[in-house]
Amino acid sequence: MRACVVVFPGSNADREMIHTLRDICGTPTVVSWHSDTELPAGTDLVAIPGGFSYGDYLRCGALARVSPIVGALRAHAARGGYMLGVCNGFQILTEIGLLPGALTRNLHMRFECGDRHVKVGAVGPFTRDLGKVWRLPIAHGDGRYQATESVLKKLQDDDNIALRYCTKSGDVTDEANPNGSLGGIAGIYSGPKRNVLGLMPHPERMSESVLGGVDGRELFTNLLAAG
Amino acid sequence: MKATVLVRLKTEVLDPQGDAVRRALEKLGFQGVRGVRVGKLIEIEIDEAHENAPDLAVRLQKMADEMLANPVIEDYEVKL
Repeated sequence: MRACVVVFPGSNADREMIHTLRDICGTPTVVSWHSDTELPAGTDLVAIPGGFSYGDYLRCGALARVSPIVGALRAHAARGGYMLGVCNGFQILTEIGLLPGALTRNLHMRFECGDRHVKVGAVGPFTRDLGKVWRLPIAHGDGRYQATESVLKKLQDDDNIALRYCTKSGDVTDEANPNGSLGGIAGIYSGPKRNVLGLMPHPERMSESVLGGVDGRELFTNLLAAG
Repeated sequence: MKATVLVRLKTEVLDPQGDAVRRALEKLGFQGVRGVRVGKLIEIEIDEAHENAPDLAVRLQKMADEMLANPVIEDYEVKL
C-alpha cells in the first residue's frame, strides 16, 4: 500500500496525516501539492487532510474544485482507488462531487472541538467491524451533514453510512450528535467498492497512545489489511 | 456592467446563522422579527467586450451552478 497526502493551500492537518501513515502505520507516503496534475505512480490511497483550504472562502471546500489535482482525484476514485477525506477533506470530496450531500454550519453555531464517539454503520475497507465504537477527536465549525431525502435513502439502501455519532455505549442519540448532522452521520462511503470515505472526525489524531488513544489507528490498519 | 448572483439556502435547509441573528436582533430590542435567513450577494463585473455576448446569461447561470452556489443546499438568482 502506497499513500499520497494531497495538500491544498490552507490544509493544516497534513503533518499528522503523513506522520500517522508513514511512522505509525509504516505505509510509504508521499505528498502531492494541489497544483500537481497527476498522482505519483503506484498510489493506492489518497488522503485529503483537514484544514481550511482556500480560507474556507465561498463555502468550505468549494474553491478546491478548480485545483489542477482534482482531475487525477476523480480518475483515482473512479478506478476504485482508495480515498480518505478527513474534515475539510470530507468537505472537499462533497464539493467536487465524489461524495453526495453537503456539510453546513454546525447547528448550534459553535466550533466543536473535543473527543466524540462514533459507531461503525457499514462494513468497508476502512471500517471492518459493524457496530464498533471509536472515540475520535472532532474540530470543525461546518460539519453538519445534510442531504436530500432521496440521497439519504440511497445512502441507506446502498449501506454507505460508514459512521454515526453515538454515546460511549454506542447509542445514536441527538445528545451525542455534536453538530446536528442528519441521522447523526459522521462519515459516508461512495465509489464502486466503498473505496471513498469522508468523515468529520480526525482518526489520525487518535492513532498513538501518547495522543490519548489508538482508536483512529484501526481505520488505517483496516485499510492496510484490506490491501 | 455588473451582474449579481443572489445565493440563498433552500427554504427546507435550516439556517442556524440566520436564527442566531434573529435572536440577537431580539436582544437589541427589535420586536416582531419572525425569522432571518442569511444569504450571499455576489457581484460580478463583466468585461466590456463580453457585455453583449448572446450567451452571457447562460454563462452566468453556469458560474452559479458550477461554483457560486451548491445546488444541494442553495438556490440562486442571477440578475443582469
